[in-house]
Amino acid sequence: MPKRSDINSILILGAGPIVIGQACEFDYSGAQACQALREEGYRVILVNSNPATIMTDPAMADATYIEPVTWEIVEKIIEKERPDAILPTMGGQTALNCALDLNKHGVLDKYNVELIGASCEAIDKAENRELFDRAMKRIGLETPAHGMAHNMEEAYAALDKVGFPCIVRPSFTLGGSGGGIAYNKEEFIEICTRGLELSPNNELLIDESLIGWKEYELEVVRDRKDNCIIVCTIENFDAMGVHTGDSITVAPSQTLTDKEYQILRNAAIAVLREIGVETGGSNVQFGMCPKTGRLVIIEMNPRVSRSSALASKATGFPIARVAAKLAIGYTLDELRNEITGGATPASFEPTIDYVVTKIPRFTFEKFPETNDRITTQMKSVGEVMAIGRTFQESIQKALRGLEVGVSGFDPILETGLSDSLDILKRELKDAGGERVWYVADAFRQGWSVETVSELTGIDPWFLVQIEDLMFEEARIAQMSLEQMDKDTLFRLKQKGFSDSRMAALLNIPEQKMLDYRHKLGVRPVYKRVDTCAAEFASTTAYMYSTYEEECEALPSDRKKIMVLGGGPNRIGQGIEFDYCCVHAALAMREDGFETIMVNCNPETVSTDYNISDRLYFEPVTFEDVIEIVHLEKPHGVIVQFGGQTPLNLAKRLEEAGVPIIGTSADAIDLAEDRERFQRMIQKLGLKQPPNCIVRSVEESIAAAERISYPLVVRPSYVLGGRSMEIVYNEEELRRYMRTSVKVGNESPVLLDYFLNAAIEIDVDLVSDGKQVVVGAIMQHIEQAGVHSGDSACSLPPYNLSEEVQNRIREQVSMLAMELKVVGLMNTQLAYQDDEIYVIEVNPRASRTVPFVSKCIGVSLAKVAARCMAGTSLAEQGFVKEIVPKNFAVKEAVFPFNKFPGVDPILGPEMKSTGEVMGVGRTFAEAFAKAQLGAGEEVKAGGAVFISVRDADKWQLTDVAGKLHALGFKLLATQGTAAVIAEAGLPVTSVNKVNEGRPHIVDMIKNDEVQLIVNTTEGKQAIADSSIIRRTALRHDVSCTTTIAGALAVCEALEFGDKLSVYTIQELHAEL
Amino acid sequence: MKRSFHSAFFHPDFAFYREIELIIPAVLALEDGSIFRGRAIGAHGVSSGEVVFNTSMTGYQEILTDPSYARQIVTLTYPHIGNTGTNSEDNESANVWASGLVIRDLSRMASNWRNEASLEDFLKERNVVAIAEIDTRRLTRLLRDKGPLNGCLLSGDALAEKGEAYALEQAKAFPGLKGMDLAKEVSTKASFEWTEGLWVWSEGHSDVALSKPFHVVAYDFGAKHNILRMIAQRNCKVTVVPAQTSAEDVMALQPDGVFLSNGPGDPEPCDYAIAATKRFLELDIPVFGICLGCQILALACGAKTVKMRLGHHGANHPVQSIDDGTVFITSQNHGFAVDEASLPANLRATHRSLFDGSLQGIERTDKPAFAFQGHPEAGPGPHDITSLFDHFIELMKARVSR
Repeated sequence: MPKRSDINSILILGAGPIVIGQACEFDYSGAQACQALREEGYRVILVNSNPATIMTDPAMADATYIEPVTWEIVEKIIEKERPDAILPTMGGQTALNCALDLNKHGVLDKYNVELIGASCEAIDKAENRELFDRAMKRIGLETPAHGMAHNMEEAYAALDKVGFPCIVRPSFTLGGSGGGIAYNKEEFIEICTRGLELSPNNELLIDESLIGWKEYELEVVRDRKDNCIIVCTIENFDAMGVHTGDSITVAPSQTLTDKEYQILRNAAIAVLREIGVETGGSNVQFGMCPKTGRLVIIEMNPRVSRSSALASKATGFPIARVAAKLAIGYTLDELRNEITGGATPASFEPTIDYVVTKIPRFTFEKFPETNDRITTQMKSVGEVMAIGRTFQESIQKALRGLEVGVSGFDPILETGLSDSLDILKRELKDAGGERVWYVADAFRQGWSVETVSELTGIDPWFLVQIEDLMFEEARIAQMSLEQMDKDTLFRLKQKGFSDSRMAALLNIPEQKMLDYRHKLGVRPVYKRVDTCAAEFASTTAYMYSTYEEECEALPSDRKKIMVLGGGPNRIGQGIEFDYCCVHAALAMREDGFETIMVNCNPETVSTDYNISDRLYFEPVTFEDVIEIVHLEKPHGVIVQFGGQTPLNLAKRLEEAGVPIIGTSADAIDLAEDRERFQRMIQKLGLKQPPNCIVRSVEESIAAAERISYPLVVRPSYVLGGRSMEIVYNEEELRRYMRTSVKVGNESPVLLDYFLNAAIEIDVDLVSDGKQVVVGAIMQHIEQAGVHSGDSACSLPPYNLSEEVQNRIREQVSMLAMELKVVGLMNTQLAYQDDEIYVIEVNPRASRTVPFVSKCIGVSLAKVAARCMAGTSLAEQGFVKEIVPKNFAVKEAVFPFNKFPGVDPILGPEMKSTGEVMGVGRTFAEAFAKAQLGAGEEVKAGGAVFISVRDADKWQLTDVAGKLHALGFKLLATQGTAAVIAEAGLPVTSVNKVNEGRPHIVDMIKNDEVQLIVNTTEGKQAIADSSIIRRTALRHDVSCTTTIAGALAVCEALEFGDKLSVYTIQELHAEL
Repeated sequence: MKRSFHSAFFHPDFAFYREIELIIPAVLALEDGSIFRGRAIGAHGVSSGEVVFNTSMTGYQEILTDPSYARQIVTLTYPHIGNTGTNSEDNESANVWASGLVIRDLSRMASNWRNEASLEDFLKERNVVAIAEIDTRRLTRLLRDKGPLNGCLLSGDALAEKGEAYALEQAKAFPGLKGMDLAKEVSTKASFEWTEGLWVWSEGHSDVALSKPFHVVAYDFGAKHNILRMIAQRNCKVTVVPAQTSAEDVMALQPDGVFLSNGPGDPEPCDYAIAATKRFLELDIPVFGICLGCQILALACGAKTVKMRLGHHGANHPVQSIDDGTVFITSQNHGFAVDEASLPANLRATHRSLFDGSLQGIERTDKPAFAFQGHPEAGPGPHDITSLFDHFIELMKARVSR
């Protein structure tokens, strides 16, 4: 069936900001969909509030709206663009929910727009548990015993049916958020209460516990002629009870016979037919009792998903691309698989001849107050994927690709403690994010596979392989390097042992291990991912390393540029860096280089097959990179775009003779080494906040006296503000030095005077070594002290004079020239009392590069990559800063609702997972949209609760006056109320939590407060007020924790709901 | 997190010196001179055959017991084999017919709720020579580029005694499958009735004891059990007869339909079966052929068969119905094919492969006879096109009502 000619324009809904459970896999899918539809000649209209995405690049769609993905805003876009159809299956749950809302509010009917890819009925049937359950019964599939509940009474009734332990899941939430496993009544009440609140339709599903069952996922694609294929089967290493996003997963399935697999396959296809997914990809999840083989269906997603992105990367079959083509009427037999250069059709099931392992990456260290056990609610923030010829090789590659300081199954258990074995048992039974290492430790303790399997529910098939690796480790540890002959070494490398892990076991430096291996001539070969297990010759240039006889890489002799990616996403290093890597690769390809991408993150666009000429899906570690360099012999290697991951390798790679292009490794070190950096600042006559480096507690107290409080304290060499705090007095400093960090000669601590009323500024620039061009000056909305990644910012600055901006331009240019930057540089500055202070300089890609690029209409990453490859700024014609006339505001998005118990206060440690961008003719409009996009919807009217620290009282009257004028009833704590009353404004005084009841928390719980302005300082005050913020979070009451933020909220509210929508293309045309 | 190694991390009782597995060498030699050195698994000894690969990720037990693999050494492209062990329900015939097995990695353990014996024991018990720990992808690429090659597996004492050169000699000496009539070798020697039905998730196989309105006589050229189960499950009395049974003997059984099974080797020498099929066509008896049976039907109708340069061996092959465009993912295992250009006017093409466009299904325009080149019975593979069996039933129904 040819493509549909009755539709001309299609609106694609994006996924919005990166949050836990919905990450950059939807940029990967969305970008593929945009390309797939545009090449068919459709007019593509795109809405996505996330500026760090490739899909929102102006060339990806005909009209790109970086606007909130809410039905109200999307209606405005529909009104303006009049699309014929909407494709809602590429933007995760956000897009599906938006599509349902558009339908509910009659927008689809009003403008006569059709949903393609999935109908409202299908979405409803898949998402509404009751409808789903009935549908499954109709096709003879069993679902777990369960009940529905819309209130506690119904919840108890359901409990009677399923018994303890039971799994509670709220409907329509991301990543199963708000769910949990209840073993007793107390937990049951807690989880149900939270779930009812979180579910948009106040609905809970209470399930029979299938804890310990095996879990399988099938990725199914269906076309309008009912042709169905299974792209990939994924088996979860972690048993049921752990969210699949938090599970280690393996493809293909390992422990199903063909008879069983075919029954799952038939069932998965039957599910798509029954749910009514007419075209596109879906994910179907099954649970299976390992003892009896009893099979139940867990859920299905009628859209592309995290798993489909993984399946695409695991098999080389681009699900999103194919799904988009099917949505416009093609059938599978009419499509070819582009990855294999068309050697294979789209209408077949990929078969693979390797093993893929995905391991999630967690960030519990950022949220110490929360429960760090992994459950049915997803908590991981990123993932790594590895390909090996065997499971052992695959999982060991994945472990070292995770970048959590391990190079394989490094020991984790502290042995020798009286309760070591109890800890081990608990870690196995009640999984945390590090269970897989405890599994290895259990084998080191001599525990049997049966014991470990019983405690963990992990299939013994996987466990025997880990046990075997431990036997190998023990053998290595008994050896000396010289005893290791070529055959032994080759066999160990086949099992996936890294040089670094073997070196640790042999107690030698990694370099020695590597040199020895090279001396013996043991090197990896590269095999191709071709979807057909080599049955057909294909031109795919998607490769992975292994230790075998034949190498298929066939490197060319063209001039090559290699880009090192950022590895798994984490807080502080996410999609923004991948965006830069993608742009670097695209620019280099445009300039005629052969491009080589090295990365191991399956969610990303950088690991899409068509971004670079050759893709090596490999861990970004020294060993893995050096082997590819050895084979490919690139002309240049780019390390400054992938975040800290490749930067950390820069020095060693350079020493090993790898041609790193751009800013030198030494300049990177200069910027990061505080003492060298300070000397440079002084040499240039610039200012830094008074600061000092200390190596002991006593030293710190003395230094603090000199610098004076408050102080920003942090360990040296950190990214994302790990362990960074602000201390206001000696007592707090002592506590910090005692408990928060282990200070010593090797790990000094930095003290900086805290500019507590400063405006913070971010500047991105690009230089070719001869000339500097500022990309943009961004003014933070939150004052200094909030991590730049967590702060909202405005481009251009919204209240910084031109004169100050010029001084900033001058200073950053001096810094760039001094550092001999070739490529990108980001500078953070603070402005207070008419002084400009340099806080930090990073001569590399920064988190704001994509945002800036979207605002100024020039890809800074591309410009920078070209500078690095030797094309000057003048030659590129980029010689002058572009200052937009409109405003754009970037706002951060936080995962607090996934971590109950965490205080949602902003501070120097970065906690956000993603960002949104709002654009407007004025700052107010842009800010309002950014808030909306971030899910912080504030409406004027109702009551506002205000409680501010003394330092902010001077601005209090201003804020209170504005809020009053906006129609808010003012509520305040006594001290704050007194100041407001003095200004002649009506205010009601309310109790703090420790002042008797009813108090402010009661009022929040009773929905008597609609907005909170709460600024605090000092450890104790913060702790005291944390209950207010946590309650506000649970009750979905907007809460701003800075006075600057409150003022911006006022501006946005004053602007009201007269929001207009703009395409990025029209805004760029105005530049 | 502590991240440095110290042997103290190992418990004092840790079995540092786990019995080191004795690795017995094995080689696979190919007629083009290639040698693959690996480890012997299964039985030790010498075995020659045509080396082919199969890309199914599941179903190794079904593949090993499929009689179509007679005289073939089968390489499985998925690296981990043996994961689910073996069981008494998943055999496709009573024996292992493949001449040998070539894999990358033999599973350390079998983990499945139906497992009864490990693959290693299964191979030993059935005296199957096998090799593991070779670069099977290199081998597959070689076979892909050169087509099936004759080869020889040599392991254990035999290898120690005779050396690699002997394996090479044997590989070159193997006569190949062209012109080889293997159907009569693997066929049953006496006819019997088949009653076992399809496998059901929690029940396994059970006998079909229903009304049995139709009587199907199934020629066994190396029939896979799942074909017989498929037919029996559709309420048919199934009588399995030896390959060389004459048409007269079959007609004496008063069949409602005749089934021509899959099987190994070249269809052309099976003149006895071709002659019998011609007779059934004359008598307007419904005929359904699968794989070799498809080729025999084609030959009986006057079409030609060819040895393919690159056979089909996998469970992911898309086949399209020429009539309505429907795509079926099918199981395939054939090295010979019907030449579409040779089809007479009364034999039309019904299905084609979306991989290489080769002919996959044929139907007589004037007789109740049709055939399929792939394996609609699955085992292993998808069940997408089991409806062909229903079509066979319809043809028998139509004949009765005439």
